[in-house]
Amino acid sequence: MSLQQQLRPGSVLRILILAVASLAGAAHAQQGGTLNLIVQPEPISINPGVNRLGPATFVGSKIYDSLLGYTQKDVAPVPRLAQSWSISPDGLTYTFKLRPNVVWHDGKPFTSKDVAFSIGEFLPAMYANSRHLREEIARIETPDSLTITVVLKAPSPAYIRTFNLPILPAHKYVGVTDFRNAPANAEFVGTGPFKFAEWKKGSFIRLVRNENYWDKGKPHLDAVLFQIIPDANSRAIAFETGKVDVLRAGDVENFDIKRLAALPGVSLREDGWEYLQPVGYVHLNNRIPQLANLKVRQAIVHAIDRDFIINTIFSGFGKPINGPLSRLSPYKDASVETPYPFDPKRAARLLDEAGYPAGANGVRFELRLVPLPYGELWSRQAEYLREALGAVGIKVNIVSTDVAGWYKRLVSFDYDIAQNFVYTTPDPAITPTFTYKTLKGNDTGSTGGNVNGYSNAEVDALLEKGAHERDEAKRRQIYSKVQQIVSREVPMVWTHDIVFPTLYRSKVKNLITSALGTDDNFATVELGK
Amino acid sequence: MNAAAAVAARLGKAALTLLAVVVVSFLLIRLAPGDPAQMLAGDSGSADAAFVAEIRRDLGLDQGLDVQLSRYLKAVLRLDFGVSYREKRPVADMVLERLPSTLLLTTSALVFSIVAGIALGALAARRPGSLLDGAITAVSVTFFAMPMFWVGLMFIIVFAVRLGWLPSYGMLDASAEAQGGWTALADLLKHMVLPVLTLGLYYMSILARVSRAALLQVAGADFIRTARAKGLSPGLIWRDHLFRNALLPILTVVALQAAQLVGGSVLVETVFAWPGIGRFAFEALMTRDYNVLLAVFILTSFGVIVVNLLADMLYQAIDPRIDRASAT
Repeated sequence: MSLQQQLRPGSVLRILILAVASLAGAAHAQQGGTLNLIVQPEPISINPGVNRLGPATFVGSKIYDSLLGYTQKDVAPVPRLAQSWSISPDGLTYTFKLRPNVVWHDGKPFTSKDVAFSIGEFLPAMYANSRHLREEIARIETPDSLTITVVLKAPSPAYIRTFNLPILPAHKYVGVTDFRNAPANAEFVGTGPFKFAEWKKGSFIRLVRNENYWDKGKPHLDAVLFQIIPDANSRAIAFETGKVDVLRAGDVENFDIKRLAALPGVSLREDGWEYLQPVGYVHLNNRIPQLANLKVRQAIVHAIDRDFIINTIFSGFGKPINGPLSRLSPYKDASVETPYPFDPKRAARLLDEAGYPAGANGVRFELRLVPLPYGELWSRQAEYLREALGAVGIKVNIVSTDVAGWYKRLVSFDYDIAQNFVYTTPDPAITPTFTYKTLKGNDTGSTGGNVNGYSNAEVDALLEKGAHERDEAKRRQIYSKVQQIVSREVPMVWTHDIVFPTLYRSKVKNLITSALGTDDNFATVELGK
Repeated sequence: MNAAAAVAARLGKAALTLLAVVVVSFLLIRLAPGDPAQMLAGDSGSADAAFVAEIRRDLGLDQGLDVQLSRYLKAVLRLDFGVSYREKRPVADMVLERLPSTLLLTTSALVFSIVAGIALGALAARRPGSLLDGAITAVSVTFFAMPMFWVGLMFIIVFAVRLGWLPSYGMLDASAEAQGGWTALADLLKHMVLPVLTLGLYYMSILARVSRAALLQVAGADFIRTARAKGLSPGLIWRDHLFRNALLPILTVVALQAAQLVGGSVLVETVFAWPGIGRFAFEALMTRDYNVLLAVFILTSFGVIVVNLLADMLYQAIDPRIDRASAT
């Protein structure tokens, strides 16, 4: 192991600096108070080991700590339950030194067994992507109670960015084989800064301060109350009347945000999405003849005024995007992308060239649009798409459905065009690889998979290479090439690089301090006067 | 036919109706596009076909529809409503957790609508065409015509945001709940005002209209004139002759409304974040949590059947001319 490897982010010096900084901060920290939040929809579970949807992650991240945290800049790993770590020069062996004297909320000590159990057994049984990760692992070793070693089958530079996963208590699962139906799933025993106190179904979830949290003096808050308010208007009013302190993405519609942000004592932030990196999609089913044609796909992008989508439909909360990666990705290379500006005339010409002339009624062909059933703005976007594509002779028929129906159609190619938004994550090997790699069969598994049915052998080879390339400069080159090809071939329309604003009362301090935004553990959040 | 046999026959019919509801709902839910296994696998990001199949097997959804149905019917006969796919908890527990909130909301609204509706109808019927009659008609038409969620939002804006008198959402504040006792009760009552009014005013309007019409119709009947001619006191005429005869159509409407209240409560529960069964059923539908949905369907159908049985029996009590057998 080289010295350079040892002195990666978890170096002693860095820890000292952090410790001094946090001590200095602790002296002035405002202690106490209850932070009032909204969680919507009501989560199914608040154990992120059992359910990984937004609501479960938002609440569960305060109860279950992860091995590593991630900085806003470059999404770099920082110590959390792991105090330090090292990666062997061949990129295969990851050794994590765990923080001593950490206890579970039930008083039992936290050890390397818990980590081995979580990443080796529990999470792979519950989640398909944890299972994919598990398949990359040759073996997991626990040489002592505070050391865990993971040996990979092949180098995987993205691996260090996958540790925002919850660590679960192995001692609660002794003798359990059916993890999915285990009673311990609903006991909510973690090591995080807040402990589960009460869940009044349909009303609220209350977490209270963990007095035994390893980071002495933290958390600053006494309690966190997650209120359940199903209607967007009612949520806006709850914020307006001071009943809640924070509104997150999706809590209120975008058109209400500017009004609420203008209220006295209210602040707005757009950051905190550096890990998830949400991007808006209009999927094009590349497996139907019209959309298999590159010119038709290019024509569709030219026909859509994406500035209108950003500025009018999403009230300005979005940035232009012309390729598979978000502006927040460390691998983004906008210089190689092909922009397809709004140009309906050019769109019509491309459709003529593609062999789809306008018929007597002005219609070239018809497509079914499956809209995203996530509320008002997406419905408006669907209406706009029908209008914009209609203007160039593509008749769009909107096939409305609920979430389950939308999901089924997308994962089984039972659509022509469809709306979606996806968390593209900080490393192209984590999510984008699944989105663009050739898929055999008719089941994409999830709506983050290759829903477009896009297939390009060169891209496949590059994605495979990029996932295992250890030289960072070469890795960037590989992903630039991917962006260049995919951007030119537009397997789908990237409508907007999503901006999810967070509104909060200005008295709430340190609300967003990491790449995980409000999905982080809130150990440092303070309520000022 | 004697009374016991008549009741038995009615209960038999009710049981058959319930069975039909279970079977039809079971099949209808499965007809809707969407797959609970996919919804669950979707929680997990990059799922693949094998992973979804594993979840489907875990839920018993890989079996034939006939097997699933017979298994479900047998379980329901033992009052076992199964386990929620999403929460992995017994459905009966989950429903019972939420049922009291919905019952509190709907019965309060029903009682309010009956009392206020009949009172307004009677007031209006006393002098048809008067200013008071006109005012009552205007109020009832307004609340009948306005969408319930909009009325709810307007109430919130006026009474919660502008005036700040009443809370805008929820059933009980976490802090009040912690204190318990009178504080909690007062808090609960405060939280009830707007949702109960929103739900109740709509039904009150219908009842006011129906009561007014029924009372006016009976008031014009020959036997009322006869009663007056006999010199009976106005109070007695009103109570024994007029009101009792007008009660039949009113009762019919009340029975119908009681059945609809659950549907209305979905909207009100959503607007006011009321932790009841309506909203809960809606969320189960969104994720195709079949067992939860079926339990809610069965419960509400059961409620409707019971209300109808009661109404039938009440008809007979109010008007002995209605034969037990023919009322079924």
